[in-house]
Amino acid sequence: MPSIRLHLNGVPTEIDADPDGSLLDLLRGRLALTGPHFGCGTGECGACRVLVGDHAVTSCDTPLWSVADKEVTTLEGLGSEAHPHPLQRAFIAEQAMQCGYCVAGILMSAAALLKQNPKPTEGEVRAALDRNLCRCGSQNRMVRAILRAANEMAAT
Amino acid sequence: MSQASPVLPVSLAANPRLSSWVKFSSDGQVTVSPGKVEIGQGIVTALAQIAADELDVGLGRVRMVRATTAASPNEGVTSGSLSIQQSGRALRAACAEIRTIFLAAAADRLGVDATALAVEDGTISGPGNVRTSYWELADDVSLDRDATPGVTPKPIARRALAGTSVERLDIPDKVFGVRRFIHDFALPGLLHGRVMRPENSRAKLIGLKDDAARAVPGFVAIARDGSFAGVVCETEAATEAALAALRKGAAWSEGEALPDENDLAAFLKAQPVESTVIDVRMARNSAPKALTLRRQYVRPYIAHASIAPCCAMAQWSGNDRVHVWTHSQGVYLLRNDLALVLKLPLENIAVEHLEGAGCYGHNPADDVALDAVLLAKEAGGRPVRVQWSRADELTHGPFGAAMAIEIEADLDAKGEIVEWRHSIWSNGHAARPGRGTKPTLLAGYEIENPFPIAISGNPPQANGGGGDRNSVPLYDFPAWKIESHRLLTMPVRTSALRTLGAQGNVFAIECFLDEVAAGLGEDPVAYRLRHLDDERARDVIRAAARRANWKPAPKPGTGYGVGYARYKNTGAYCAAIAEIEGDEEIRVKKLTLAVDVGEAINPDGVANQIEGGAIQATSWVLKERVRFDRTRITSNSWTDYPILRFSEVPQVEVEVIQRSEIDPVGAGEAAHSPVTAAIANAVFDCLGVRVRRLPISRDSLIAAMAQSS
Repeated sequence: MPSIRLHLNGVPTEIDADPDGSLLDLLRGRLALTGPHFGCGTGECGACRVLVGDHAVTSCDTPLWSVADKEVTTLEGLGSEAHPHPLQRAFIAEQAMQCGYCVAGILMSAAALLKQNPKPTEGEVRAALDRNLCRCGSQNRMVRAILRAANEMAAT
Repeated sequence: MSQASPVLPVSLAANPRLSSWVKFSSDGQVTVSPGKVEIGQGIVTALAQIAADELDVGLGRVRMVRATTAASPNEGVTSGSLSIQQSGRALRAACAEIRTIFLAAAADRLGVDATALAVEDGTISGPGNVRTSYWELADDVSLDRDATPGVTPKPIARRALAGTSVERLDIPDKVFGVRRFIHDFALPGLLHGRVMRPENSRAKLIGLKDDAARAVPGFVAIARDGSFAGVVCETEAATEAALAALRKGAAWSEGEALPDENDLAAFLKAQPVESTVIDVRMARNSAPKALTLRRQYVRPYIAHASIAPCCAMAQWSGNDRVHVWTHSQGVYLLRNDLALVLKLPLENIAVEHLEGAGCYGHNPADDVALDAVLLAKEAGGRPVRVQWSRADELTHGPFGAAMAIEIEADLDAKGEIVEWRHSIWSNGHAARPGRGTKPTLLAGYEIENPFPIAISGNPPQANGGGGDRNSVPLYDFPAWKIESHRLLTMPVRTSALRTLGAQGNVFAIECFLDEVAAGLGEDPVAYRLRHLDDERARDVIRAAARRANWKPAPKPGTGYGVGYARYKNTGAYCAAIAEIEGDEEIRVKKLTLAVDVGEAINPDGVANQIEGGAIQATSWVLKERVRFDRTRITSNSWTDYPILRFSEVPQVEVEVIQRSEIDPVGAGEAAHSPVTAAIANAVFDCLGVRVRRLPISRDSLIAAMAQSS
């Protein structure tokens, strides 16, 4: 099996894997990173989003060959309880979820948005998250949390 | 006046042993073990608040245990917005009694009167600086005793945690990617399984070539029992490949015909039914009728459409003991049905809860648990994790039932209602597992010696009813007759989805009333207030109206509507005001709601549930409809079963009316019905057209316009 190299959550990683296999399968399977979630397998719900470079992509339909030598960041790489990302702090402060299954992907979409547009309007936040689904109806809290994180990041 | 003797709260009466609810450990922790489960509603936090408050310990000392048949109190199912009511009341009573028991033990040890003792964060202190604690006493005080009725909980004024918006206990894990969902647990030696389900409705597996599946690297086993077939492999990718190979080798019968999705009312009304008169009110002397108004309302089948596909794990020891990990709403009830299918005694099956994604009723969580059990049987004692595909999740799980509702009202010469008739045609709204002598799990219908498909029933009115839920008017009409016709055929599988029949019934009632009010030339809020005498009902309507500045001045292209219901007629009061924009399609701009759940244990948690319910209801109303042709369910992806997206989500404002003195009820299902009606009424206000068929899509809007012109 060919070997694939990538920078995963800041760490150079090399692993033997089928280049046509999905990124999500590798992350959740052999790499045991369960931050990204499976929702549909066809890139429609966004629960599996991770950052590839500065872009949030659906890892369920991203083939491994396409991320060779790229920087891949999962929820685990965004921040931790000890060193939270402002988005993670803001999601707690706004209690921005019900079940939280979609949140892993939504945080990654939001992180990509703030990298590209540090001071988004509410409309821009909604547009950026339009390809992430939430079934519990926590969207407004999530939008508030993202705007809160953007403000916090701008102030520091 | 005789006073009724005190009784235990229902869940505590069923599970009176105090130690089954609460345990102290000498290291300063208290373990609380409710029988209800977290399904994304925040219940675990609210229950922790109640327990910590009654015991006078900090929330940080409380460890909440997930439900398991091995240890937890049996609280049936986490459904019907009853968890706060049942588990919360039980915990409050149990903890109040436990506090008293510990105070008595402390009084003994310290040689002071129990009434002189106080508890702060678990430390018990009294006059003369004497002190001990729950933790010191833990080994000496036995809670292996039954609860006694009549214990008085803390006075409301002394509650420190209940009634405050503490942060939810589960949220940090979820933002930091700490494993919490069943999907993320990896047991040692875990294998992966997939079940092959037919495309055509209820097709039978009549042939299967499995060589290609067996040739997939990582293949472990095939399970086949009648029309039930699945594969087990070492990895998920291998399992998907083996399933695809198995599918190619499968031959299916034609299956069973489905109804015409474009004429659900005609289908529902043509089926054999069991008819029940739900309620009758006879007028003593009402004005003579001058006019009869008759309207029909239809709601489609609705999918649960949780973001995560259902998942379960199972592991056998020998061939007669099995451990199951599940996100079912009822571990004991699931165990009952597993025992029926497996023909094993209950004690040979352990069922343990792990969190799943948001659960809005009886989804395939229980079905996938049996799938895992059947596949794990072939796995030589290794655990097997089974996850459904998105397509199966949207096509093979139970749906919320389609409904046709006819309302006929006699109006007097002024246009006031003198008699009201409400008739419902619908499949039953409940076929949950574990309640009957036959299992209701999908694979149980597919195996070689299948169990008969359970035709969904309806809970009795005393439990809130099913198809008839919220069909008895909350208004002061002089006379009414409410009738429910439950279908005895069930080509599309139905069971409990949030609100059961309430969403359909309230949609019908509240839209009909809007027409009556319009006929009288009366404001719809004023009309409702004039016909309601329950002050809590009037308060939520007035609060929502005030907050929405009812009724804003007319604006072209914008409409406003109101809806009200008290969930199950006995639960939470909720009023909603919708602001919409409409032309060829409808955009919901803003929803303003007021809710009264009695004592709101966690007001922000209540607001979160109401917001979520309002947004989910908006999605149902504008977009959702299970699609099918005559052979199969066709809405098997997010493209074919769209739900509301971020850019389409309305602003939502919620006012929680806190009534600490009134026993709390749940909030998870209170918003759906009022919001549905408010949107439909706003559509009329905006476009002058009454849409009586959900969803209010471009198609139903055009059809309604054509009908009214």
